Amino acid sequence: MVVHNLLPAMPRSSPTLSLRVRAKDVVADGVVSLALDHPDGVRLPDWTPGAHIDLVLPDGTTRQYSLCGDRWDPHSFRIAVLRESAGRGGSAYVHDRLMPGDGVSVGGVHNHFPLVPADRYLFIAGGIGITPLLPMIQQAELVGAEWELLYGGRARASMAFRADLTHAYGERVHIRPQDECGLLDLAAWLGEPLPGTKVYCCGPAPLLAAVQQACAHWPDHSLRTERFTAADQSEPARSTPFEVELRRTGRKVTVAPDVSVLHAVRRAGAEVLSSCEQGTCGTCLVPVLEGAPDHRDAVLADHERAAGDCMLPCVSRSHSDRLVLDL
Amino acid sequence: MTETAAVPTSPPISDADPFAPEHLEHPEPLHRQLRQAGPVVRLSRYGVHALARYQEVYAALVDWQTFQSGAGVGLANFRHERPWRPPSLLLEADPPHHDAPRRVLRDILAPLTLRRLQETWQAVAEELVATVLAEHGREFDAFEALAAAFPLRVFPDAVGLGPHGRENLLPYGNMAFNAFGPRNALVEADAHRVGALSDWVNAQCAREALSEDGFGARIWAAAERGDLTHAQAPLVVRSLLTAGVDTTVHGLAAALYAFATHPQEWQRLRERPELARVAFDEAVRWQSPVQTFFRTATTDVDIAGTRISAGGKILMFLGSANRDPDRWADPDRFDLTRDPSGHVGFGMGIHQCVGQHVARLEAEALLSALARRVGQLELAGEPRRHLNNTLRSWSSLPVRVLPAS
Repeated sequence: MVVHNLLPAMPRSSPTLSLRVRAKDVVADGVVSLALDHPDGVRLPDWTPGAHIDLVLPDGTTRQYSLCGDRWDPHSFRIAVLRESAGRGGSAYVHDRLMPGDGVSVGGVHNHFPLVPADRYLFIAGGIGITPLLPMIQQAELVGAEWELLYGGRARASMAFRADLTHAYGERVHIRPQDECGLLDLAAWLGEPLPGTKVYCCGPAPLLAAVQQACAHWPDHSLRTERFTAADQSEPARSTPFEVELRRTGRKVTVAPDVSVLHAVRRAGAEVLSSCEQGTCGTCLVPVLEGAPDHRDAVLADHERAAGDCMLPCVSRSHSDRLVLDL
Repeated sequence: MTETAAVPTSPPISDADPFAPEHLEHPEPLHRQLRQAGPVVRLSRYGVHALARYQEVYAALVDWQTFQSGAGVGLANFRHERPWRPPSLLLEADPPHHDAPRRVLRDILAPLTLRRLQETWQAVAEELVATVLAEHGREFDAFEALAAAFPLRVFPDAVGLGPHGRENLLPYGNMAFNAFGPRNALVEADAHRVGALSDWVNAQCAREALSEDGFGARIWAAAERGDLTHAQAPLVVRSLLTAGVDTTVHGLAAALYAFATHPQEWQRLRERPELARVAFDEAVRWQSPVQTFFRTATTDVDIAGTRISAGGKILMFLGSANRDPDRWADPDRFDLTRDPSGHVGFGMGIHQCVGQHVARLEAEALLSALARRVGQLELAGEPRRHLNNTLRSWSSLPVRVLPAS
């Protein structure tokens, strides 16, 4: 008999999750998977298929990685990281230096690529783009939807989770390594629009563009692709203190890297109502008068983030040296 | 987390009926008893386990994997019993089915999206308060005139309902919230009109019944984009109509009752109207308009040494958690200097009230309008509760006011 012990799960007071690498495994040529958990065993934030996390590496760089584990396990995240030779060193750090037992910071869970309900799905993955599709496939199975996976990659050995997928799902999975089969035959797969089918695609930009073109004659909203916005990718999370000014009282407070803006401004006497303290409920929203917030919540839409005139201080931080809040 | 558990112990047993009139009228003494009895109490009358302490209630609320909602959040176990209506796609659903409806509604009711309503709602609140003071003078029933009148004026418009039949909203909500409890006299009293009220509400959920720019139309637009199915859209609209009216009405009544009985806090709000938001959440903590919800164990689970078998129902006392002295200093005091953050009056976790920002916006508008015009607020008679199996609700709240000088 499986016995679950209920662990207390209280709101966190720190701005980022400090997690630990529990396991690191090579899952394909050039791909490692990381299992992350909390050293105290507390629950991690809830997520849905298609979600990604901001991973802050010990060298200060931040990268987005899709969650590809099991959301029914609330105590661990799984991501898979491709070594990118053209990258800025984030993936090389994960491959060469990050070891089980090491700490990493995780800045928040976002989902720009949610799985919508449908009778039938066609999943198209290019290389490491398989990662967000893994939990989607699990979910499609669970709800009894029809689905197929078209999975392309440079070479068979470079395609992560290929064997697991074939083993678990058999003929639903179509493995198409480029060195054996050439480019994915999108015309064959997408030539005939299938009403009621949603196409989910994640992979390199040329694949996304080709799929977009091949789906041009499909009904509107049939195709969903993962998009990482430029803002998501470029700005590094700040690892140095910054100053927050409370405009109404004129008070100023320095926010250290390990303290949330919410707790810092409360300590300075501001009354800010909060609830989840994980950036998911939106209760603590405050207006920003000056400065550039570093949004780490899962509430604001892209255009609301871009406007920069409000933030969720329980998780969000600052890009600028100084933020002025209407508090 | 899977562990080798210590030998489970038997929990204390209570034969109290939390849905009996005396406990619905005055829940605090029973809550105190249950909290003191232990972290888990067996309610022998209903064959369920109960959680009344903050820590356990909080932990159960956030752990959707172990404590599911899909088997119903009332006493009825949908694994064995037929629900009285097609289950809610939000409240009575688990991931993955819960994901899409939740996401759609969360975006429609997000705090920044609601900003466009703020000005209109503030103006309606100012006008309502002015009219009530002009027409009723110094004494009136604040439940009818303010707590019920204001949400009924702004919320159905925001959803996009037509003008007819809005008087059905409160009775429908009352019925739906009674249905989470046992089939007692409160449920029986509405049995004759279940069909008529349900028919009216269901008819309002159709696309053609809704105006073009409200929450309802946005839900249908989400179905057009494929974010929901067309079969889901009317049920998501129904969630707004079920959960968005009675809750805010009784939440606002709780805040008005709190101020009418705490004159010092009223003065504090008058001096600093920006406290309205915190005040409302403190009132929600103090009165907990939604008193209870159930969950169902998805697996055998040990809570503080008590084994609960898979399929067992667990009753969470939100109102009791919100007054647990281990979590709150002087918990029975309504206190604007307190930080009520973290109260579970809106729930917690993936099922936390998706309309909480709507409720806060309504409260902010009404309380700030009232604070500008009313210098003193006090009870003018004994307030009367309305009994409901789930909601801490009111039927009248007589007040006396002195206009601000």
